[in-house]
Amino acid sequence: MVELRGIGKSFGRPVPRRVLHDVSLHVDRGERIAIVGASGVGKSTLLNVVAGLETVDEGHVIIDGHDLATLDDERKATLRRERLGFVFQAFHILPYLTVAQNVALPLALLGRRNAEADTRVHAMLASVGLADRAHGAPSELSGGELQRVAIARALVHRPALVLADEPTGNLDPDTARTVVATMHDAIGESGASLVLVTHSHTAAASADRVYRLTPSGLVLDRG
Amino acid sequence: MSVAAQYALSRAISGRARDVLKGRTLLAVMAIAFGVALGYAVHVINQSAVRELASGVALLSGAADLEVRGPREGFDEHLYPVLARDRDVQDASPVVEVDAKLAGARATLQVIGVDVFRARSITPALVGRGDDALDTLRPDAIFLTRAAARGLGVEPGQSLHLQAGLQVATLRVAGYVGDDGDRQYAVMDIAAVQDRFARDGRVTRVDLRLAPGVDRAAVARRLQASLPAGVHVAPPATTADAVTRFSRAYRVNLDVLALVALFTGAMLVYATQTLAVARRRTQFALLRTLGLSSRRLVAGVLGEAIVLGIVGAIVGLVAGYALALLALQRFGPDLGAGYFEPGAVRPSVDAWSILAFALLGVLAAVVGSLLPALDASHAAPAAALKAADADVVVPARSRPLAWIGLGAGAAMAFLPAVNELPIFGYLAIALILLGGILALPTLARALLHALPVPRHVPAALALSHLRATPGRFASMLAAVVASVALMSAMAIMVDSFRDSLDAWLRVMLPADIYVRTAGDTAFLSVADQQAISALPGVAHAEFMRATTISLDPARPPVVLLARDIDAHDASARLALVGASMVPRVDAPPPAWISEAVADAAHLRPGDTLTLPIAGRDVAFTVAGIWRDYARQQGSIVIERKRYAASSGDATVNEAALWLAQDARAGAVRNALLAYAGTGRLQVTTPGELRRLSLATFDRTFAVTYALEAAAVVIGLAGLSAALVAQTLARRREFGMLRHVGMPRRAIGRMLAIEGALLAATGVIVGFVLGFAISLILIHVVNRQSFHWGMDLHVPWPSLAALGAVLIVLAAATARLASNHATGQDAVRAVRDDW
Repeated sequence: MVELRGIGKSFGRPVPRRVLHDVSLHVDRGERIAIVGASGVGKSTLLNVVAGLETVDEGHVIIDGHDLATLDDERKATLRRERLGFVFQAFHILPYLTVAQNVALPLALLGRRNAEADTRVHAMLASVGLADRAHGAPSELSGGELQRVAIARALVHRPALVLADEPTGNLDPDTARTVVATMHDAIGESGASLVLVTHSHTAAASADRVYRLTPSGLVLDRG
Repeated sequence: MSVAAQYALSRAISGRARDVLKGRTLLAVMAIAFGVALGYAVHVINQSAVRELASGVALLSGAADLEVRGPREGFDEHLYPVLARDRDVQDASPVVEVDAKLAGARATLQVIGVDVFRARSITPALVGRGDDALDTLRPDAIFLTRAAARGLGVEPGQSLHLQAGLQVATLRVAGYVGDDGDRQYAVMDIAAVQDRFARDGRVTRVDLRLAPGVDRAAVARRLQASLPAGVHVAPPATTADAVTRFSRAYRVNLDVLALVALFTGAMLVYATQTLAVARRRTQFALLRTLGLSSRRLVAGVLGEAIVLGIVGAIVGLVAGYALALLALQRFGPDLGAGYFEPGAVRPSVDAWSILAFALLGVLAAVVGSLLPALDASHAAPAAALKAADADVVVPARSRPLAWIGLGAGAAMAFLPAVNELPIFGYLAIALILLGGILALPTLARALLHALPVPRHVPAALALSHLRATPGRFASMLAAVVASVALMSAMAIMVDSFRDSLDAWLRVMLPADIYVRTAGDTAFLSVADQQAISALPGVAHAEFMRATTISLDPARPPVVLLARDIDAHDASARLALVGASMVPRVDAPPPAWISEAVADAAHLRPGDTLTLPIAGRDVAFTVAGIWRDYARQQGSIVIERKRYAASSGDATVNEAALWLAQDARAGAVRNALLAYAGTGRLQVTTPGELRRLSLATFDRTFAVTYALEAAAVVIGLAGLSAALVAQTLARRREFGMLRHVGMPRRAIGRMLAIEGALLAATGVIVGFVLGFAISLILIHVVNRQSFHWGMDLHVPWPSLAALGAVLIVLAAATARLASNHATGQDAVRAVRDDW
């Protein structure tokens, strides 16, 4: 599903700062992996590289058989739209849409705005325990509930790969546990792969493999 | 307040103060400066004009305590010895004033005839100075002010040619008169003026100096009782007031227009401060948490506004003075409207005006910042810390205030003028504008919810975003709505006026050729009239005598038009409005009064009107009210035969000629010029008069258009700046959208649609408010200021073009801003720690 080969990435001018160095990774379909590491080591950059939102200086990124280097911006956007789902630390729920409209956003971007899509949105909200909040405003939800909306949004269009960036970073431990459980359940049902970037051992514990990102590359922590 | 909070506040405010000359803040400063500059420039120009007029009247009336003034035609000179012998009069000086036409030119020169022995003690500025003192008594000698000599290109010893009737009077420039100022006039011996310019036995004015210690008002009342009809006694200052009153409504309108620019500036400050406060919501919340009181927070935000206002006011005052200087030099003190004689006028500056306009600038900035400051102080700190990107809070009291403003504005439009100024009309406009702006969130919400949610995702997101943030939306639109409303109101008013003027000219100019003499000294005698009627190619001729009469010394004289007119078919010659009638056989003869006279004297058809003609009161029946755009001071039409019978004056100064079927206008024009001599008559066709009138109209309104266009540009610049700032502030949102697969182009489209929807709402609300304001301008402000009635005419193509340009520009601005806001920074902005 995901194949990273010898990825290198630097930022900054005139003296570039190397963020990723010789990173290689293979994620199979349905597999869940977690990446841990110190702050600023490049975990989020790695996710952006996988999503085709950052270009690499070295190496190759192959998603679902597509080498991202061969795709233009439009094709990469299409790939993200169709095959990827995202969960962010800060939720990024649009405050001017209802809960259901937020969840329906990926379907709308895919041109699916019919009764079947509505059913799917409500099913996803039910699966994260928010069926009764579908028509509410995001401002009425707690942090944990917002992250569950984000999980529903990430999975509503049945992506092949979910990229989660510190999904429990803004939550208290109890809520974080609930959200992680919800995320794993939902992803398990969908059969999608998961790449989870986290500081949380609790969140990483449920992954099939855990990697540690270091300045010299990606090291397998637990296999 | 804790030390930390005080430090943070001072940093926040001083940091903001340092930013005063950056970006949107610079725009707000410029808007205030623009408003102050225009307001101050117009004020300086108006003050200069009034001071110039007043000093002119003071110079020409000298040490006179009272003036006895009659109609333009003058009054019997035998009144002079009666006045001179009065027990309370110490000195009396008779004067004859004529506007003499320069031979071979269209211009006129004010010629004042004085008795040099009498004038020496009362009006020394009217005594000529030359090599030979006896020249002041010689009938061929004329004395010019230095400015007049320069303007006419003559020097002492040379000849000056003036027109009398259709003849030329050649005079010798014998020396100079008056001071070295810019006033242009000439002085001759009174008998010479009477003799050469057909004023035998008549004077137009007698200046009186009273005995020491007498009660001036009591003497004036006693003398007035013995004066013939149409002759009034009043202090010279009353004359100055009457002269300045003529242009007062125009000057007040200019003042109000300039204040409108300041109002737009205040709206822009409001938009800037609202968005700045919204952007710093978390910063303020943190300061509140650290112990900053809400009062200190309001003071801090208002302090920023005062800094903006002071900078704007200083720039505005300097620019305003420069603008006034330029305008006085290039267009004159009436900005080309034709109220004052052309000539250089120096700008009039006083410390109080400078202080007042500086305070107005600061006040505009403070008023514009008040609501945002209160918003910042009322926000709950905990909630504000969490919801940094929440919508701008619309104060709960703004909705009732909006409806109260709109209702009160509508009601005030029906109130009468105050001291002949449309004070309530202006207040109605201000209240409707304020009410409309306060109602913007409600109106915007209603408009946006009336739109169906489109299937197109960028459009749907754009609409959802705007629907969810009506407060932010409204604050961004305030300046645009204000400027669009005023621009469209002006456009509708000016177009209605122009359309009505065009229709009026068609009614008022039915003949094929118009002939007129200029000034008081050129006229057509009965023999001339007969000769012109008999010219080859002339099928029919109608003649008119135009003169002025004074109905009230405190008001400008009214124009009396004695013309050939069929009382049974007056509408063939006059643009009558409303009902008209033909007086009964036993009733006084008919008079048709202009709207200005009808308004001032509260007259209706059927009422009796008394006019002073040749020193006698003559009764007339008001037969109709007509529209007269040419004579703002008011005019009255009577039958020429009645005027001639009452006054004994059968001369005329205008003629309308209808051509025979095969006659050509060019041939008749040549015949006229051959008869009278080149340059002695102005011969024009209706087409030429129409073109000239409309060109004058367009020139007069060019200034107002320029002011309003500038206000729209400022409003649009404010909207563009707000759009850019908003777009940049939403980078995280765009980053998320890019993560979920929305292409940058689609985000750009979304922002362009938002910009277009925003501008479209501003344009729609602005047009609705503008239409309401235009009705007030047409039916209240113009009517009460100038007594001009007009028919409503909406320039749809121009308004549609204005709206389309604003919408396209707003969309383009938002689209351009999206290029910066949706790039790689946006992708990274979804996470602070990466």
